[in-house]
Amino acid sequence: MAYEESVLKRLRRISAQLRLDILEMIPPGKVGHLGGSSSIADVVAALYFHHMRVNPKDVADPKRDRLVFSKGHAVLAQYAALVELGIVDRSELPKVKTLDGVLQGHPDMDKTPGIEAVTGSLGQGLSISVGMALALRLDGSDSRVYTVCGDGELSEGQIWEAAMAADVFKLDNITAIVDWNGIQATGCTAEIFLIGKLADKWHAFGWNVIEIDGHDMVSILNGLESAKAHKGQPSVLLAKTVKGKGFSFAEGKAAFHNAGLTEEQFALGREEMRKMLQEVDA
Amino acid sequence: MSRMESLRKAYGEQLADSGANDQRIVTLEADLGKSTMSCLFQDKQPERYFQVGIAEQNMASIAAGLALTGKVAFINSFAVFATGRAYDQIRSSIAIPCLNVKICGSSAGLSDFGDGKTHQSIDDIALMRVLPNMTVLSPVDAVETKKMVEAMVDHDGPAYIRINRNDLPVLTDGNEPYYIGKMSRMRDGKDVVVFASGVMVSLALEAAELLESQGISIRVVNVSTIKPLDTKALASYCEGMKGVVTAEEHSIHCGLGSAIAEALGTSRLPITFLGINDTFGTSAKNYEELMERYGLTSEGIVKKVHEVLEA
Repeated sequence: MAYEESVLKRLRRISAQLRLDILEMIPPGKVGHLGGSSSIADVVAALYFHHMRVNPKDVADPKRDRLVFSKGHAVLAQYAALVELGIVDRSELPKVKTLDGVLQGHPDMDKTPGIEAVTGSLGQGLSISVGMALALRLDGSDSRVYTVCGDGELSEGQIWEAAMAADVFKLDNITAIVDWNGIQATGCTAEIFLIGKLADKWHAFGWNVIEIDGHDMVSILNGLESAKAHKGQPSVLLAKTVKGKGFSFAEGKAAFHNAGLTEEQFALGREEMRKMLQEVDA
Repeated sequence: MSRMESLRKAYGEQLADSGANDQRIVTLEADLGKSTMSCLFQDKQPERYFQVGIAEQNMASIAAGLALTGKVAFINSFAVFATGRAYDQIRSSIAIPCLNVKICGSSAGLSDFGDGKTHQSIDDIALMRVLPNMTVLSPVDAVETKKMVEAMVDHDGPAYIRINRNDLPVLTDGNEPYYIGKMSRMRDGKDVVVFASGVMVSLALEAAELLESQGISIRVVNVSTIKPLDTKALASYCEGMKGVVTAEEHSIHCGLGSAIAEALGTSRLPITFLGINDTFGTSAKNYEELMERYGLTSEGIVKKVHEVLEA
């Protein structure tokens, strides 16, 4: 599908802004999940600002599409989107993970408007999404459920229990997105626990498998549209991404899974994102 | 002798009846529906019954998703799997956000006598009681089971109900309105108060007869809501007593007895605990034999009453 350049430009701008917001939540002296949040930022921009049905004025709107971060530690990307949508006030960004803030270390629906579930203990978000999808179907709703999983998270057996259930229940109102950045907390996924061919696995579990470039807006949008149009079975987007994407000092490095930044790194990150914003605007 | 009735059947019947009147109710099962009797709901409301296969963890989190989308979800399994196998899912997906998921732990305690220690739940109350937001229920009979299921539907938040596999004597008439969070006096007495739950209530009533012939009078209280504990009633039932005995078909650690002891706090009343003494179960040819093995009998209660009076 072809997209107008203005649409793509807007989404690319938002992606850069989300990454800048993510960075603002990890100033020197704090630690945060920079790597996995920035790897999924482009997908999050596409979901919240183009593809999903979102109502910033009413986060409980029953007609809304749902986004569940099963890889809850990357919620900084979602927080950034909620700020850009005006659902969470920008003044909350520096208060992340403090007693005074609404932005918790992991997704907490009771603390943060716009968060759909409690996740963080890995492997549970896809099951929660299956429950949401079943309920929406019972209610005759055409709302959809989107679930972001990490590739490291796929070692959790419950993910595959949920995958089987979505297949058995023929849930075509659910789209899973695997943030396939190849790195988990302590190193390369391939070295820590090589689970093999992802596409074959999801396919064997009864899913419609779509491989995309998780940093290419056209590829992301096409993948999401294709999943939405696919009937009779759930779809999964295997999104090839780079951990720490956009930050030269963090790209492809496990060390920035959950880390603190030096003053220099923080300043460089800001500069890189501002530069990216300028390039998009140029 | 009171008539015997199945708590499991009562549970399934009430779930089906409640489901007929309330479209929000959905039921999930992990391949034990003919045992938990959730199959009775399936018969009446097949479109709102979800068989998830042998996957208790998935079942718990799916129920969370259903509850997040307006449903009241009942999940069913044997008590040991419903609570232990899916503990983190209950903790994270359900209890933290205080969702309307109702957990039925069937074949609780030693009642799955033949299957042995892997299937006997000595720790389910402990696991559920420690969770903030969780309500913990242990019905005394089939009549109370039905009342509890109705109350669970109306209760806002998660709740756990532990159900015995065996038929138990019917001790309540169901005429009194039922509320989650209250305990009820089943027999009055003046020497010792026995706080019991589930099958132990009927055994305590038997013990009361035995003790009467020895000139000792006990008050028997059915604590069918273990959490939140009715501390006000607890205090009033202890008034004038020489001692307190607790009796439960569960480990003596972290169950009913611990809850009562925590609530009594600095009270100077002597207290003794009857329960499974820090050990796993074992296979037996019938339930009664197994209960006897662990001292969970009317004679066991009599012994604890004597102990507390001698303290």
